[in-house]
Amino acid sequence: MDASSSISAHAAHDPHTHADHDHHELGWWRRYIFSTDHKVIGLQYLLTGLCFLFFGFCLMMVMRWQLAFPGKPLPFLGNLIQNVLGPGAMNNGVMTPEFYNSLGAMHGTIMIFLGIVPIAFAAFGNFVVPLQIGAPDMTFPKVNMASYWAFFVGGTIMLVSFFVPGGAAKGGWTSYTPLSDIADKGPTYDIIFNGQTLWLIAFICLITSSLLGAVNFIATIIQLRAKGMTWMRLPFFVWAQFVTAFLLLLAFPPLESAIVMQLMDRIAGTSFFLPSGLVVNGAAVSISGGGSPLLWQHLFWFLGHPEVYVLILPGMGIVAEILANNTRKPLWGYKSLVLAALVLGFLSFIVWAHHMWLTGMGTVVSAFFQTTTMIISIPSVIILSAFFISLWGGSIRFTVPMLFATAFLPMFGIGGLTGIPLAFNSADLYLHDTYYVIAHFHYIVAPGTIFAVFAGIYYWFPKATGRKMNDFWGKVHFWPSLICMNAIFLPMFLQGMLGMHRRWYDGGQGWTLSSEKVWGLSGFHWNTPISIAAWVMGLAQIPFIINFFWSMRYGEKVDDNPWQATTLEWTAPSPPPHGNFLATPVVYRGPYEYSLPGRAKDYTMQIEPVQPNERSMPEPTMSLGH
Amino acid sequence: MTSVALINEFLGMPPNASQHGYQIDHIIEFSHWFMGALFLGWSAFFLFVLWRFRKGRNPVASHEGVTSGISTHLEFAVVLIEAVLLIGFAIPLWAKRVNAFPPDKDAIHVGVEGQQFNWTFHLPGPDGVFGRRDVHLVTNSNPLGLDPTDPAGRDDLTSLGELHIPIDRDVIIDVTSRDVIHSFDIPAMRIAQDAIPGQTIPMWFKPVKTGSYEIVCAQLCGLGHYSMKGTLVVDTPTDYQAWLKERQELSGNQTAPPPLRRPPSEPPVGPTPGTVPPPGAPKTANPGGG
Amino acid sequence: MEIPYTVTARPDTGLWNAKVGIWLFLASEVMLFGGLFSAYIFLRLDAEPGYWPHGLLNVPVGTFNTAILILSSVTVVLAWAALKMRRYARYKLYMAATIFCGILFLVVKLGYEWPQKYDHFGAYIKTSSLEKYEKYLGNKHLLAEGLPPRVEITGHLHNEEALKDPKIKEYEVALDKVYTDPDDPKMDRPHFLYVPPTDQIATIAKEDVERATMFLPTHSTYFATYFTITGLHGLHVLGGVVVFTYLFFFGGKTYRQNPEHLANRVEVAGLFWHFVDLVWIFVFPLFYLL
Ligand code: HEA
Ligand code: HEA
Ligand code: CUA
Ligand SMILES: [Cu+2]
Repeated sequence: MDASSSISAHAAHDPHTHADHDHHELGWWRRYIFSTDHKVIGLQYLLTGLCFLFFGFCLMMVMRWQLAFPGKPLPFLGNLIQNVLGPGAMNNGVMTPEFYNSLGAMHGTIMIFLGIVPIAFAAFGNFVVPLQIGAPDMTFPKVNMASYWAFFVGGTIMLVSFFVPGGAAKGGWTSYTPLSDIADKGPTYDIIFNGQTLWLIAFICLITSSLLGAVNFIATIIQLRAKGMTWMRLPFFVWAQFVTAFLLLLAFPPLESAIVMQLMDRIAGTSFFLPSGLVVNGAAVSISGGGSPLLWQHLFWFLGHPEVYVLILPGMGIVAEILANNTRKPLWGYKSLVLAALVLGFLSFIVWAHHMWLTGMGTVVSAFFQTTTMIISIPSVIILSAFFISLWGGSIRFTVPMLFATAFLPMFGIGGLTGIPLAFNSADLYLHDTYYVIAHFHYIVAPGTIFAVFAGIYYWFPKATGRKMNDFWGKVHFWPSLICMNAIFLPMFLQGMLGMHRRWYDGGQGWTLSSEKVWGLSGFHWNTPISIAAWVMGLAQIPFIINFFWSMRYGEKVDDNPWQATTLEWTAPSPPPHGNFLATPVVYRGPYEYSLPGRAKDYTMQIEPVQPNERSMPEPTMSLGH
Repeated sequence: MTSVALINEFLGMPPNASQHGYQIDHIIEFSHWFMGALFLGWSAFFLFVLWRFRKGRNPVASHEGVTSGISTHLEFAVVLIEAVLLIGFAIPLWAKRVNAFPPDKDAIHVGVEGQQFNWTFHLPGPDGVFGRRDVHLVTNSNPLGLDPTDPAGRDDLTSLGELHIPIDRDVIIDVTSRDVIHSFDIPAMRIAQDAIPGQTIPMWFKPVKTGSYEIVCAQLCGLGHYSMKGTLVVDTPTDYQAWLKERQELSGNQTAPPPLRRPPSEPPVGPTPGTVPPPGAPKTANPGGG
Repeated sequence: MEIPYTVTARPDTGLWNAKVGIWLFLASEVMLFGGLFSAYIFLRLDAEPGYWPHGLLNVPVGTFNTAILILSSVTVVLAWAALKMRRYARYKLYMAATIFCGILFLVVKLGYEWPQKYDHFGAYIKTSSLEKYEKYLGNKHLLAEGLPPRVEITGHLHNEEALKDPKIKEYEVALDKVYTDPDDPKMDRPHFLYVPPTDQIATIAKEDVERATMFLPTHSTYFATYFTITGLHGLHVLGGVVVFTYLFFFGGKTYRQNPEHLANRVEVAGLFWHFVDLVWIFVFPLFYLL
């Protein structure tokens, strides 16, 4: 008796009574708040992450006002913020430089560590990975819960830091020393409750969180794959998460060590990152000295670069699933994709110094890092090429997830390609720290990763809720977002080429170089259309937010496999009960068996045994969970 | 020097004013051609495929998809071009920047020290020797902490925020910082170097166009970062001499005009919030600072 | 569906879950301490001659602690073996021994070694004043020997209040042995055995002193790294002790349900303990001997 029929046999009795009976032991509190169920934790991560993502975006919408209209009082919000945060942030409704720097640093930090990582890695990883490999849960459910709560505490501390005297961290998301070492150290220096110190403490929580998460993911993928789920039968998304987990596992600890040292510098008065003979405000600083400012940069970027692949790999994984499903054909070059992802992972540990081209590098070192940086672009090229070629010969359905997934490709392409000039340190002499860099990575993380995240939400929403998100409003969300993203970031390349620099509180108004005209507008005046586009994009998110919550209750009910997909998660009931599957799934084939010649339906699930005459197969999915 | 810079100009890159700059423009230019080719090629393919294989036009997908190994060739081409750009341009260019320094004797040698939030230039004066510096001697009137007992330092010149150099002479600038990390960046000269406290790192270039150019601080260094502006004036030799004379008269009391809108420096002392009037805003306090 | 392979190994990987977990965790721990040790190397190489102190730590005590940790690593293995042989009483015994060793280590480290450091005093002499204190420093002799100079005078501070009170103009230090007879070749190398400060008092004028502190993290990058790394290591030891104590008192229940499960837990905790031990094997030579 083969697996699928055994499942249909089990499917006879209703999964929901099944689920309830599972849940009765746990109270509401344990079920939804301190839950150890990977699906609940995944959703917790998703909601928290989305809120942070949106908050980080709001910070940026405020900054964009200052960039477009420097010195003009911020309408409505200006006085509000002044009342809440005091004149240190807003002076007669006009943003102060300190507050601008706080916003910049927090935008970067929140978007990356409290937005994208928790969503793309933790949320989707938690919810989808165990389902896709046919596991009942994560290997260490309690650790999993701890991971979420560590993240939650870290995030809270980040938010609290806005309200301490002096405001949140102002040293950029990179927190370069000595600047961050001496930040806030005025006469009113509170040893703990100041922006930078809280930033560091919050980071310790976040790092703990992702370590616990990473260990859990890797162990789960190694140990809990269902019978027959061999490595080469894993969906690409699982591979992506696997590599990502390793990046987090090995790249974060060095940053943690650096953070401990910066904490010591700030709390215990050491000088890990402070050289001898510092003069601040015309007075020699009384410290032992002998520290090294560059040490911080090395340790930071040793995380920093792997981190950027942490931001993109899960996105690539999501896109891969959706491409295969909506082209109704296998991913092209699955093996090379997996290989590329692994190579990407390894190489990302030996390119970090390309963020430090201007720190005075010798020929040998810079030649080494330029070469590795060039080499690491190859796997990305391979992955993208494979995606593009996968489209060929497909029968492409432009569902909402597919719209976002297709948009991801060129957007990532632009972002990735513009990394190439940055990778030549001679070219970077000119481009470093300009808006060209800002545009480079935003094309990857904003219309890239964020679109992948949206795609993933629309795609797996039915599995999580049993309902579909509304298609029409999905499209209303997609098109304006796509247009705005480009309206925001394309002009930044021009500003960068003009020589306009990032982290400029006055948006370049005070500089003659940004008064040069390009494409009919002066570099500075480009800020206005960019900002407007950013605000319009804010509006464009409203349909999504409404659609998201509305569909939870009123969305169109769908069966367990609404996209006619092949991977395991779609064999479980929607929403999957505690323990996920009604019967232990057994896997018989690869992840993307779409449009197999000579079959009734154009998709063959992984649990369908390979049989001499495939036509007489029962239809497992039809009967699943009903 | 002639320069191929179609895309660069199209993207608004300002003209280069240094001898080596055109090479940097070239590598930026060429990588953009390469990127453009990839982008257009793929985009064309992409759009065609989306149209050709949409469900309406191609109801049944093919399980195999593309069978030819075309992509391998393409990836190989990418590797090749990147290798050329890297070995042919990038690496030699950098070697020239950091190894091929002009001989000290026939170059102009200047020191620059970054501080929150401006640049202080240090010229060795007629004797061509920099005087000894000691952080304990730093005061507002002696921003570099020059040691008065050191004869070599007697004729040294300091200039706040503004540096003049003669055209067509090699310039070597020793970049350092006194407080936090800054970055000494002259976009028009296509040259930049981080200013790192505790380290003095030389950089060099040769201006080939007279004029006045902005010096940017390319590293976040605090609340005045955005306005940490220096001015590089490339003079004719005569103007340069005139400037040196003027400096000599001023020397001893280094009170050069502060650069535009220089805000008072930030914590440890801890600024009263909002003392830096946002540009364009009605001036509240006097932000001149020094 | 229950989570499989919590106790028994998965056939194809040959591992049970917790074992995979701990190895991954240890991998990240390696990176954590790797970061700190690379900082140690960075800072030590950066240090100017004479500014990286030697022989300030108590080597015999350090050796003793090393022995303790190694011993505990053995006992924890024995505890595990005892469980494998289902000898619960003996397991308890060895586990108790392990916990005892862990606590002893912490007591020696935090209760004895650290305090001994921070009531020890050191004063860095200004370069200009080194001459004045030649009779304590013996730099001529060291120069002749081609050894790094001495720039600090250490010992026991008699007038503690001098650190706070600006009215007091000098420090009275009961010198460490080295400074009583600096030219003695026997003093060129740090001593293996700990030598307490002598009762010869030297008065050091504050104006000659660059920096004067007790041996705290603020004293130098050496002590900064020392306290940070040993502190973090101490936390790990503490963590291990806590886990062992839990297994000691609450292991019984697990044992009765499934002895193998407890054995696995002890094995995992033991692996962690070996790692903590290993870290110390690096810390000891780096700080005490080299
Ligand atoms: C997810 C994030 C992400 C990703 C994937 C990348 C990918 C790359 N990055 Fe980027 N990078 C960042 C995020 C990212 N980066 C961030 C956040 C910063 C700034 C940090 C800070 O200072 O704040 C930064 C900064 C940065 C710098 C430092 C610039 C400076 O500060 O001066 C450099 C320099 O080498 C660089 C290089 C690269 C390279 C070579 C790649 C390569 O991996 C790219 C490879 C990809 C391709 C080559 C594209 C392949 C696609 C095709 C060939 C198909 C094309 C088809 C179409 C377009 C239709 N990046
Ligand atoms: C993952 C990383 C990430 C992301 C996604 C973004 C997204 C955006 N970023 Fe940012 N950015 C950074 C990381 C990121 N950024 C970093 C690291 C820096 C450098 C900081 C520094 O200088 O140190 C930076 C700096 C930076 C600057 C330069 C500031 C300066 O140098 O002075 C600017 C300027 O415009 C900018 C703009 C934007 C904009 C308009 C977006 C938009 O694309 C935002 C789009 C966001 C959304 C569309 C949100 C959608 C969310 C929802 C709809 C949630 C719905 C909620 C529920 C359903 C509950 N960013
Ligand atoms: Cu100085 Cu930025
Ligand atoms: Cu990078």
